[in-house]
Amino acid sequence: MTIKLQAAPVRVVSSPTRAGATTEVHGAASASRADTEPRVELAASHLAMNVQDLAAGFGSFRAVDAISLEIRPRTITAIIGPSGSGKSTFLRCLNRMHEEVKGAWARGTVSLAGQDIYGPGVDPALVRRHVGMVFQKPNPFPTMSIYDNVAAGLRLNQWGRVPDMDERVERALRLAALWDEVKEKLFQSGTALSGGQQQRLCIARALAVEPEILLMDEPASALDPVATLRIEELMRELVRSYTIVIVTHNMQQAARVSDYTAFLMMGEDRAGRLIEQGPTDELFTNPKDSRTEDYITGRFG
Amino acid sequence: MNKSLWRKIVNSVMMALTGLSAALAALALLAVLAFVARNGIAALNWDLLSKLPTPVGVPGGGVVNALAGSLIVIGLASLLAVPVGLGAGTYLSEFGRGRFADVVRYLADVLSGVPSIVIGIFAYNLIVSRQGQFSALSGGIALGVMMLPSVVRTTEEMMRMVPDSQREAALALGLTRWRTIASVVLPGARAGVTTGILLAVARVAGETAPLLFTAFGNPYWSVDIREPIATLPHTLFTYAISPYADWQAKAWGTALILTSLMLTAGVLSRRAGRHGTA
Repeated sequence: MTIKLQAAPVRVVSSPTRAGATTEVHGAASASRADTEPRVELAASHLAMNVQDLAAGFGSFRAVDAISLEIRPRTITAIIGPSGSGKSTFLRCLNRMHEEVKGAWARGTVSLAGQDIYGPGVDPALVRRHVGMVFQKPNPFPTMSIYDNVAAGLRLNQWGRVPDMDERVERALRLAALWDEVKEKLFQSGTALSGGQQQRLCIARALAVEPEILLMDEPASALDPVATLRIEELMRELVRSYTIVIVTHNMQQAARVSDYTAFLMMGEDRAGRLIEQGPTDELFTNPKDSRTEDYITGRFG
Repeated sequence: MNKSLWRKIVNSVMMALTGLSAALAALALLAVLAFVARNGIAALNWDLLSKLPTPVGVPGGGVVNALAGSLIVIGLASLLAVPVGLGAGTYLSEFGRGRFADVVRYLADVLSGVPSIVIGIFAYNLIVSRQGQFSALSGGIALGVMMLPSVVRTTEEMMRMVPDSQREAALALGLTRWRTIASVVLPGARAGVTTGILLAVARVAGETAPLLFTAFGNPYWSVDIREPIATLPHTLFTYAISPYADWQAKAWGTALILTSLMLTAGVLSRRAGRHGTA
């Protein structure tokens, strides 16, 4: 299994496929991508993420501190915690979106398949092609049709025509469980869809780039309960081929949907720290830390 | 007299005053338009739009050379101001956070207040005095410099109005920064930017002062940008101050053509603003 994060390749090898490691849909897609760009061989055995001693903030403000967390492949990890505990900041450090805000900084290591995404020479744009993101509020591109929204990541990331674009768009929309609802109106604006559909369109748009990991920042908080349920069902589908990290305010959602949970809370200095992490069943039924227990039983936050 | 009655009276008086002001403003505009239309329509005919000027005393003739000249000079101005203005506006909106950007912004605001005749002198010194010849090119540069500040500032403002969530969505797909700007931010701002450009064009299309010693005017047909060229506002000026009744009538016709062109640009810009606003 290989990934390429550096702008300048270290060692170019002939197009290997990842079909053996992942599902059929995923493997086929990677094979075609491998044909178009040189790849760097890495000593990676699986596409997990490993966060070591991460601190991040804005200017003199430290939003998260000393977070170490392993994210296992093809699982859903939920990040829970009260407002201001740095959940979103932490998530945005995982694909280097955090640094897009003025004055933002991050220290520590976040390794993807064994390679530090904060290492020297790593291109953040390449990191983001492997680690996709879905935001709190659906944000389809208003100037583009549904089709073009899904195609945007592929089309705008390379010169020239993308082969099999129609198939890729359809596959991404099917993965996001949106195909049947939009197949008759692919060339209409995405902003005419309902909130839930728009969010699934954003998921399809993220999936079309064929990332290995999908970050979701409170993806259902702007949606009604039915649309929320659909997103949760979709996440359980997607986790068969993708690794998902979700930030949520909603503890029931974390309990329903995730395999692992990490609980963040801000300390005296207002920096968010990891209080407890573990398999979701254990953390919710038998929390080790009293603060976790207080939070999940609704005593604060 | 009780207080509430007094308030009601003050309220009505103030409303009447502001309403009167609005009516006066509208009246002034309508009066200008009506005046130009009444005097212009008498002189307006197909010859005016399609024929070259004739010598004094020879009947007929038109101002087609000035019509073509204006289009050429405005085209040159746009060729200069639109790419530079878009680029500078993009820089200010997407990257301009430091001192340099503040200076550019300030200079753009100052430049938009510089009298147009001063910009004409600038173009004269830059081009005409060196080439030893008046030219369409120097006129285009003068008008382009005049257009520049408004193109820069509208581009910046319209791009800033594109929400950051759009930029984040694009960056999260692994798009590079310039791709994000070119394919997401600029299209989102396109309607507003188009409006701004059309308004800038409409504004400079009527400028006469900077053309006096740049494009200079030309009674003959010329589309060579290295030669002096006739323009509508300049022809209007020359004809209006001439002692000949025929030329004065043509000046009114030219005024009508020019005003119609500017109104068209104004209407088009409103249209562009209404359609496809992000």
